[in-house]
Amino acid sequence: MELNKEEKAMASGELGEAVKWAINHQIKVGNFFDAKNFVSVSNVHMMIDPESVGIDGVLFLENLVGMGAKVKIPMITDPRGVDLNYYTPLGQTEEMANIERRTIKACTSMGILMTNTCVNYQTIMAPIFGEHVAYGDTGVVIYSNSVCGARSNYEGGPSALAAGLTGRTPRYGLHLEEKRIPTKKFLVKFKPEELTDWGLLGALIGKISGSYWEVPIIEGINHNPKSDELKHFGASMASYGSIPLFHMIGTTPEAKNYSSKFLNRLDDHIITLDDIISLKSQFGKKGDKIDVVVFAAPQLSIFEMQKVAELCIDKSFKVPVIICTSPQVYSDASRMKLIDQIEKTGAKVLEGTCFYNQYAREIGLANGWKRLMSNSAKIVNILGGYGYEPSLSSMENCIASAVAGEIV
Amino acid sequence: MKTLLKCHIGIGKKVQGEVLSANDNFSARYDLDRLKGIFSRPQHKLVGKSYVDKILVLNESKGGVASAWMLYEMCARKMAPKAILFNKANTILAQGASLANLTICDRFIDGDITSLLSSGQRVTVDPMNGLVSIL
Repeated sequence: MELNKEEKAMASGELGEAVKWAINHQIKVGNFFDAKNFVSVSNVHMMIDPESVGIDGVLFLENLVGMGAKVKIPMITDPRGVDLNYYTPLGQTEEMANIERRTIKACTSMGILMTNTCVNYQTIMAPIFGEHVAYGDTGVVIYSNSVCGARSNYEGGPSALAAGLTGRTPRYGLHLEEKRIPTKKFLVKFKPEELTDWGLLGALIGKISGSYWEVPIIEGINHNPKSDELKHFGASMASYGSIPLFHMIGTTPEAKNYSSKFLNRLDDHIITLDDIISLKSQFGKKGDKIDVVVFAAPQLSIFEMQKVAELCIDKSFKVPVIICTSPQVYSDASRMKLIDQIEKTGAKVLEGTCFYNQYAREIGLANGWKRLMSNSAKIVNILGGYGYEPSLSSMENCIASAVAGEIV
Repeated sequence: MKTLLKCHIGIGKKVQGEVLSANDNFSARYDLDRLKGIFSRPQHKLVGKSYVDKILVLNESKGGVASAWMLYEMCARKMAPKAILFNKANTILAQGASLANLTICDRFIDGDITSLLSSGQRVTVDPMNGLVSIL
């Protein structure tokens, strides 16, 4: 990679050992992807949950703190893995909580803002068109690239941290215009109604696309999707296919760059309602018993919180109901009495976490939770590997099923 | 049959080991029981198999960003593959391999690496020169 004077100073250690680690890590990654140079980024979002980081990751972070590491640009965090106000009832241990506490301490020592959200584009600050950023949650990246027109690769925790310390990232992947050109075309022949439909549609497009390096363009959505709909759509596409960018004709800003003539050169992948029903049928059926209902992945917006609260009125649940939202939304929802309304039923709202990165395997075993129901196509994809038998349905049906103790 | 396969320059050190290969994708979060060192996702073609100290050969990396930290954590506990060979790696696996100093290569010019290598074969992976030798 070509390095400027400042970057050479970073690489040689003139700007400290932490920065030296960071830029040399980035150079290795940049060389792997044939980056020619670096691009400055305006802000960073880092995934750093304790289950992924582990004790060895914490020691790595603490070592960086010992080297005097400080981030150069604003840097925020993805959801935590332990809600420190509510972990014993979930079956989480002191050891897990201590990894969380040490992670938070190390991050704050480096100047990182503990926003603990995967919906920062709804709650903190959405990036603007063309803005180069280094974001580290797949749902955040795909929304920011596609809906906002920002430029980011998936930046895993270590690389996001390195970007925070150097203020830049290697110029490869979606920082290059040529990597943002559509490679697959999808024609949607039904109208997604619920968030779950959007998640299933994203899942199908993700599965068919199947690679980080594919860029789907979607035709046939003839109404204006809402932010929560595109949130579920993108997060699911990223989960099933590792896709970091999509274009949607009539909706996303870069879709108009591609002429009909260009798009006609791509094969049509047609998606029908039957395809959606077929995929959904893999996740539970009417009459199946359930152990827990979860609304998360992505964290709920204030609108989703309002809807859950309305659905909870006069309800009593036979199985636990868990809702994960960001600290920003939690604070508003608390002030607006939505948390009270939800928790009056016995349901629990967790602040600043997301269920699947909360030691999902261990809390499932501790609580006897195997048959998990959600309206998130993303979470049901993830949790199969954690020993769950997940089922998928609309938010309304999840609540009705929690009342009945089985899928209705 | 070719015994020397060429790929893009990779990350990590030169290693030798036994292949565990499948035409399937990979995510440390979605597919593994990292405590036991086995594939745990019921739908994965390697479900129940141990990946520890293997040269893991798979199609693409998939899913989320967690794999980057997880590779580091797996290597620190010595419960990791010796190397991972992909047809195409995503950014996360390359970033995680860089932190963990785990050997990783992709973009094989000879074709589909999951077809070119079979489980049980022994290979040497030389990422700095972009070469995999079948022993």
